[in-house]
Amino acid sequence: MEHIRTTKVEQVKLLDRFSTSNKSLTGTLYLTATHLLFIDSLQKETWILHHHIAAVEKLALTTAGCPLVIQCKNFRIVHFIVPRERDCHDIYNSLLQLSRQAKYEDLYAFSYNPKQNESEQIQGWQLIDLAEEYRRMDVPNLNWKLSDANRDYKICETYPRDLYVPRAANKPTIVGSSKFRSKGRFPVLSYYHQDKQAAICRCSQPLSGFSARCLEDEHMLQAINKANPSNRYMYVMDTRPKHRMQSWWASKKDIGRIVVRISSKIWRDEKIRESDEKARLNAMANRAAGKGYENEDNYSNIRFQFVGIENIHVMRTSLQKLLEVNGTKGLSVSDFFSGLESSGWLRHIKAVLDAAIFLAKAIVNESASVLVHCSDGWDRTSQVCSLGTLLLDSYYRTIKGFMVLIEKDWISFGHKFSDRCGHLDGDPKEVSPVFTQFLECVWHLTEQFPQAFEYNEAFLLQIHEHVHSCQFGNFLGNCQKEREDLKLREKTYSLWPFLLDDQEKYLNPFYTPSSQKFTVLEPNTVPFNFKFWRNMYHQFDRTLHPRQSVFKLIMNKNDQNKQLEKEIKELESKIKQQKTRHTDTVLTKESLHCIHADSPALKPSLCFKKEQTLLPVNDAIRTIEGSNTADNRYSEYAEEFSKTEPAVVSLEYGVARMTC
Amino acid sequence: MEFSELIRTGRAEALLLPGPGQPPVRGTLCITSHHLLLSAGHGSPGDLWLLLRNVDAVEKRPQSLRLGDAANLHPPDHFYQQVALQTDAWRLSAVNRDFDVCASYPPALVVPVGIGDEVLARSARFRQGGRFPVLCYYHTTNGTVMLRSSQPLQGANRRRCAEDEELLRAVLALGGGRGLVLDTRSAQAVQQARITGGGTEAKAAYPGWKRLHRPLERGRPLQDSFVRLVEACTDPSLSMDRWLSRLDGCRWLTHVKETLTAACLAAQGMDREGVCILVHGAEGTDTTLLVTSLAQLILDPKCRTMSGFQSLLEREWIQAGHPFQQRCAHSAYAQARPKHEAPVFLLFLDCVWQLSRQFPLSLEFGEGMLLAVFEHAYASPFGTFLCNSEKERYLCEVKTKTHSLWSSLNQSKERRRLRNPIYTPNPLALWPSVEPQSLQLWAGLFLRWTRPPEPAQEAWEQLWRIVTEQEGGDTL
Repeated sequence: MEHIRTTKVEQVKLLDRFSTSNKSLTGTLYLTATHLLFIDSLQKETWILHHHIAAVEKLALTTAGCPLVIQCKNFRIVHFIVPRERDCHDIYNSLLQLSRQAKYEDLYAFSYNPKQNESEQIQGWQLIDLAEEYRRMDVPNLNWKLSDANRDYKICETYPRDLYVPRAANKPTIVGSSKFRSKGRFPVLSYYHQDKQAAICRCSQPLSGFSARCLEDEHMLQAINKANPSNRYMYVMDTRPKHRMQSWWASKKDIGRIVVRISSKIWRDEKIRESDEKARLNAMANRAAGKGYENEDNYSNIRFQFVGIENIHVMRTSLQKLLEVNGTKGLSVSDFFSGLESSGWLRHIKAVLDAAIFLAKAIVNESASVLVHCSDGWDRTSQVCSLGTLLLDSYYRTIKGFMVLIEKDWISFGHKFSDRCGHLDGDPKEVSPVFTQFLECVWHLTEQFPQAFEYNEAFLLQIHEHVHSCQFGNFLGNCQKEREDLKLREKTYSLWPFLLDDQEKYLNPFYTPSSQKFTVLEPNTVPFNFKFWRNMYHQFDRTLHPRQSVFKLIMNKNDQNKQLEKEIKELESKIKQQKTRHTDTVLTKESLHCIHADSPALKPSLCFKKEQTLLPVNDAIRTIEGSNTADNRYSEYAEEFSKTEPAVVSLEYGVARMTC
Repeated sequence: MEFSELIRTGRAEALLLPGPGQPPVRGTLCITSHHLLLSAGHGSPGDLWLLLRNVDAVEKRPQSLRLGDAANLHPPDHFYQQVALQTDAWRLSAVNRDFDVCASYPPALVVPVGIGDEVLARSARFRQGGRFPVLCYYHTTNGTVMLRSSQPLQGANRRRCAEDEELLRAVLALGGGRGLVLDTRSAQAVQQARITGGGTEAKAAYPGWKRLHRPLERGRPLQDSFVRLVEACTDPSLSMDRWLSRLDGCRWLTHVKETLTAACLAAQGMDREGVCILVHGAEGTDTTLLVTSLAQLILDPKCRTMSGFQSLLEREWIQAGHPFQQRCAHSAYAQARPKHEAPVFLLFLDCVWQLSRQFPLSLEFGEGMLLAVFEHAYASPFGTFLCNSEKERYLCEVKTKTHSLWSSLNQSKERRRLRNPIYTPNPLALWPSVEPQSLQLWAGLFLRWTRPPEPAQEAWEQLWRIVTEQEGGDTL
């Protein structure tokens, strides 16, 4: 509160973001401890959570006042004009401090109170139980066991306590392997496919250091491979692009390489042909595929696969470029497409999906286990593992399953939510839209398979909203250990029960649950299947959206069907009652009267229902709003109608007269 | 029996239609070497025996279609009757009954009531191709009107025509006093047109009329754009970035945006500003029709129904003289690029599709209807889109010798394919967003054969199921 100097400013203008003629709404701006609130003259409220604010900018003073631009992490951009510069300055400073907290304890989640009692709070946190999820996958089993090696976060701080490893992997193997891997993130089980007996494992990159070998790590991979009786080889998927690997081979940096059984002798062989990068790459690939000339026995069971997903910095710049383009006023179609292209955003989305498809295919078609890693194994690896399992297992396409998936592959395996979303005032270079990309990939899948998902777009948007809102404890912190240290389970609430309570809003009316557990989605990643996700990046720019929503209508129709069925049943039971009454008692005038009095009362209620749901309430408002030309850019040509005639006319008139 | 070799199907279920007023007979149709017989079952008296030698002629007719239906479905004067219900300021003129005033106009035209046929004829001489200004839409809510014509033959020495001016003056007198000429060419293009005898309405000669240029592409550039788009859509080797730049480079969506903007502008002028609109480009048969027909769809809820859309197409495209034969001869794959080929009509359908995406509940017809119309415009067993104008159609006796597309589309078995199951009549105007983020590539058309439509198709089927279940519930 000490940061707030001005709590209320009147006569503030809210500019339309896309209008070239500076249309605006006038209203009052309020600043509270948690939100910035704007109420316009029509009493419409715009709430902005302080934690959602990504950047505040004060532009040069104009005649109308002092412009203040607020960019939010949920892609809302608001442009205020505050009449007095002092007010603007106060608000600007307050927002700067309120939106950038230094301590976790100052975040909204620690003060947010949704009126739940303690047991509800505990139940909320217990809603998603990962041990149960592994049991659902039939783990532990003959080949996989629960390891207590990381019980006290001794081996790896960023992993959860409970880890599942191959039965053949003993403690020394685990410890040795973790020393060879960056941040101690050794290969562990992420998903076990019951049907194919194949596993998805994840880890971080190996630290080759002085020697390129680590026997324990080799044993570990061997154990993973052996744990899958249905295939003798496994894949190691490096999600980093090849050209980056090339560049650090050339510079011989001390970063590891996924070489598992490539002896230092081969490395020396490589150096001889260093001049020819390409030939070397091919040689590596060949050897990796077991076609090499040395140690064929050792390599025959591992196949290497590179998929080119760029790093967090490339992704961050790409999104920035994208937002720059689509925020332009008076954007032409060709600027939009060339901007979309040069941002590279859709290319990155496609790369992530392609990697996930490779993973799913390896499991389904070849029954091969796959070990996925990138550099640290918490960004790209999380993306690929979670999307891959989403393609494989229809459980994750349900609302509950999707929550489990996020808890498992993102939260528990240590995707650095707080760093990536910039929850605290920290290094801006750590911020990156990795999770947003994951949601966008899921959205693309829902577009291609409209019937496969229980949840709809609104669910994804809502999760995205809360990943940044810091309102619930789920996404705070960077790993499980940090969350336990912060005592989030006692001090904050879990998001999931709230989403489940609102389930109705997030249901996909077209959802047809498949009868089998494993219906694999095979998305088509031809370029034209990738579209700009308008509802995410322009979620708050209502004028750009369709004016009527099919989803809402269908949900209403579904509801209405249920309602009608219920009413039919009620009426039937009523008829039965009446009949029994008829047979029981003598038919009197009163009872006849009673029946007649009943029916008209029922009828209007039915009719009313129908009228009401025909055009869903929100849609009706939207339609009317949509029918306002003022919302659209062409309305600005309206000035043409009222413009005064240019002076040329009289001259033209003269000429015309003369020639006629 | 050697005859039996000729018999491929010996028996079939059939329905005999004895004649008007009698109930049809259902039975089994059998062909033997010498007889054709229809039996309705055991011991029924009405069995039909027909000696094959007795058969004089056999004709296979498309199911339940009858020649000459077209005229009854969307009669040419239907539009005038609608207008006449609202106002008596407009009359039906038969000045073009022999197609000698304007070859590309239909015989019946709606003009201001005070303007005689001789004035029309003189005005026609001042307009390219004789296309003098005629009424194409009457906006019921405020009585403003939309007209279309071709460019005036002003020429380099800025000729004038008193009758043409009189005609437009009369329009203003009827419709509120303010007018706007929406020229679908740029001011520069108008200058160039003057050299070859064309031009536009001089402000001094037409007091009360303002001019607005909204350049819309047509002809060769539009065709090139279409060809490039189709090439991009069918190129299997495209990477993500190449795809976006190809999509950008073909400029098709730019055309969609410009067209929608121009139509919205015309609609807005009538609905919000209360001005009369005259739309024309050069010949008045391409971009002009784009603007007038889209503006009607935006403003008039009647045009958004199944039959309303058909009559809009019939009136604003077919009878208004869009040269379908020239424009839709080859589509995108033609080796030689014919001079007159241009996908103007397809651009219109694409704009309608964009509207249907933004207002998914407001159009009674679905994507299937647009696809069907698109296909039939290029190649069709029906006569609806044949020839370039009503005159040619009259000379070829299209109406009496071919079947109408509309009667085929209106059969109930086509319902699921063509209709929008979630149609809810919307009395308001549809103002679409024309921002690039709101426009989409029409995947159902351009990517129709390159990507599997199954999931989308299934979802569509399910939509139908949900809605029809609902209707079933209602009747209970």
